[in-house]
Amino acid sequence: MIIGILFIALLAAVIWSIFHGRKVLRTEKSDAVFGNPERALGGWHWVVAGVSSVMVLWLYFSWDAGRSYFPQAANEMCQVAKLNRSANPIRAAFPLDNRQLRGTQLLQRDGLQIALMNQRLAAAELLSEADRTELQAIINDMESAMNAQASPEFIDPTIEGQLNGIADRINQLSDKMADDAYPGPADPAQMEKALAQPGWGETNVEIPPLAETERGRKFDAASLEMEAIAKDFGKIRNNTGAIKAKLDALKERYEGFAIEGGADAAVVAERKALIRQIDKIYKRIDDGKIFPPSITQQVEDALITLDDTQKSQQGTLRIIDALAMPGGTIIAGNSACSEQGSGRWLPKPSDTWKTLTRLADPDIGFKDAPLLWYKMTPLAGIADYFVPDWVADLIPGEYPRHDDNGQIQMNLKGEVYNIATGNYPSPMIPVPMGHVWDSLLRVLAGLFFGILFGVPLGLAMGLSRFFKGFFDPLIELYRPIPPLAWAPLILTIFGIQDDGKIFLLFMVAFAIMVISARTGATGTHLSKIHAAHSLGASKGQIIRRVILPNSLPEILTGIRIAIGVCWGTLVAAEMLAGTTGIGFVENVARKQSDYEIIWTTIIIMGLLGLLFDVLMRWVINKTIPWRGKG
Amino acid sequence: MSDLIADKVNMVFTTPTGGKVHALKDVSFTLKEGELLSVLGPSGCGKTTLLNIIAGFNRPTGGAFYLGDHEISGPDTERGMVFQQGALFEWLTVAENVNFGLRMKKANKKETARKVEEWLEIVGLQGFGDTPTYQLSGGMQQRVALARCLINDPDLILMDEPLGALDALTREKMQSLVLKIWKETGKTIMIITHSVEEALLLGERLFVMAPRPGRLHKEYRLPFAEKGVDGDMRDIKNSAEFAQVREEILTMIWDMEEEIMGKAEAA
Repeated sequence: MIIGILFIALLAAVIWSIFHGRKVLRTEKSDAVFGNPERALGGWHWVVAGVSSVMVLWLYFSWDAGRSYFPQAANEMCQVAKLNRSANPIRAAFPLDNRQLRGTQLLQRDGLQIALMNQRLAAAELLSEADRTELQAIINDMESAMNAQASPEFIDPTIEGQLNGIADRINQLSDKMADDAYPGPADPAQMEKALAQPGWGETNVEIPPLAETERGRKFDAASLEMEAIAKDFGKIRNNTGAIKAKLDALKERYEGFAIEGGADAAVVAERKALIRQIDKIYKRIDDGKIFPPSITQQVEDALITLDDTQKSQQGTLRIIDALAMPGGTIIAGNSACSEQGSGRWLPKPSDTWKTLTRLADPDIGFKDAPLLWYKMTPLAGIADYFVPDWVADLIPGEYPRHDDNGQIQMNLKGEVYNIATGNYPSPMIPVPMGHVWDSLLRVLAGLFFGILFGVPLGLAMGLSRFFKGFFDPLIELYRPIPPLAWAPLILTIFGIQDDGKIFLLFMVAFAIMVISARTGATGTHLSKIHAAHSLGASKGQIIRRVILPNSLPEILTGIRIAIGVCWGTLVAAEMLAGTTGIGFVENVARKQSDYEIIWTTIIIMGLLGLLFDVLMRWVINKTIPWRGKG
Repeated sequence: MSDLIADKVNMVFTTPTGGKVHALKDVSFTLKEGELLSVLGPSGCGKTTLLNIIAGFNRPTGGAFYLGDHEISGPDTERGMVFQQGALFEWLTVAENVNFGLRMKKANKKETARKVEEWLEIVGLQGFGDTPTYQLSGGMQQRVALARCLINDPDLILMDEPLGALDALTREKMQSLVLKIWKETGKTIMIITHSVEEALLLGERLFVMAPRPGRLHKEYRLPFAEKGVDGDMRDIKNSAEFAQVREEILTMIWDMEEEIMGKAEAA
């Protein structure tokens, strides 16, 4: 219901903002020439129009709006789909959904096989004249048996009666469907069960399968009857009576053909192959699915009547299907119905939101980890992470040993080792965790090291011929290689844990930071450096106080670019290997074809990217307000 | 005594194509402590090269400059420099720009703050200490540059077309400021300019340089700077004496320019 109101509100917003935009355009129409950039300023109503249009399209094509307005429709359409499904075996034999009669197709295909047999026989020079004559006769018999199936002259009257019976039953079903009373009063227990089903899209079973409405029950009942009719139709085979006599004679003749006897192995093999081929074609003809078209016409007509009836019985449902569920329909499977088309691969915004809240719930999360939450961690554990154990090895002396009484006398070396390994009581502090945090941490760590090493090297390359000459070829050699091309190598060397990904991101960020810091350093005005020199600044002071701040605009732009590239690389790297991270979540969802989770991760990544960029813009405005004004 | 002595200074640049450009040839002069020197010449006569060598940014290929008792071998706080565009550090505020030199020397912070106030007042920028420099007008930026240079108490102040980018009105005010500072501090000041009027007003002594090779062409001793300290600039400019010297120098420079053009056409 909320979605329904939202949909109308969004539509209204689009229309309003278009009218408002036009009004603004009319009242502000002051410049006579095209191309004034001032015209691109403001215009928040176009933001409303843009965002609302996207939301309207999303709600519409994901069928979310349709579901909101016609919550029953899917259940009814599921019953319709059941009928279609049960009628399908019969319909497939007639040119209703296909272009040709099944019999026409079979005649064409088997006719082609027989023609090929004839060619093969003509080319079989190994065989004796007698063999060839006999085999040719068998093939000719086969062709005539097949053609006889298509002729009303040879049809067994029982078969004809059975086909007419099928047509009658279909016609009766059509009549019943046209009757409002069909299928009679509902079984209360059945109805209760049906009404207790979870709604459309509320569980993994997308659409409630049991009929909930009168119209639904009609189609559901019809589908059951149709299923029985289709089953009986499937049993009818045009291989009795006169046809049977022909087929039996044929079978006897080719089975009696002497394969062995008085010939070398090659001839025997050839005979065997030909007979096997004949046997195959015989079995298809014996299947008896070719009928005279004039005999099956009644069934075809009955099916057309049924089709018309069921379409008229659907009534408004067909309009809802066409308008509210664009780009697809609902189809029935073995045990459940599902959406087909854009409703399937484009998740509904409300479902996506539900998935997002579900994944964001720290108790549920995804694959043993929440999206973003915190856990209480001892402070000592964090020190353990940052202080390497070998620090303790550097302290002179021996690690403490126990004495004869089993007592351990602590010394400084031992204490330092305890600190380095986090082996001491410490207060618990909340530490963020989860897929989003893991990804974020990797990006930030890679970026941090990239800046830490890249900026000094970039500045040095901007200032020193040695650094430029020495490092330029190295960096320019590895930089153009797509980061993902490095991924398999780096992930193999460092393992699929954080180290490998951080190193990969470091490589990405490093090159970008080197280049931007270098551009910044070489862009310093010589007069500023001269001024600093004559004001008594040393070389180190000039780098720190003049060249570094002067390069800040380029460095910050570099960081902004690096964040974007790192983020893209990380998600791909997480898809390649890993057990946490937002890219990992998406990859698992891909394997499970869980469109909602895929879209959820896409939206999370978009929002995080937006957050990074807004943050960087803010930092840039705060730290380098002089940019472009110096 | 910290006179500036030029001893047969030569500067030859090698162009990328292997040619030689004689930017300065046998430049010799002595600038006494407290003198105000302006240097004038057509473009390409080596004015800026001369200044850069005195500042210590370049080394001459022959000869040497001496300031007081030692040879100039690199940039130093004893020689302050004011650039055409100010060359301010736009990431710092006015006060931070002015105290840059003292911070580099890690001077006492209280003392520094006091000096900054003092100098901002002298150049007429009291109250602008916390303003970012990119918000200042061109004239104000040049005042900051002056204060930044003078706070270091240099023996010699070098100015490279310091007022070139300013509008006429601001320029006149700045010219008075330079004269005031010269008189009050008694510093040796060397100004490079391409404005004849400015050279006459801001030069106790005036060198006219000639190009190809860059050399000192003529020296004047002028009374206008001394008069300008207290007198009205406009009156000085309107005096017959001023007009006569101005015309003489202008003709001289025009002749040089024409000679250059002639040379260029002959080549």
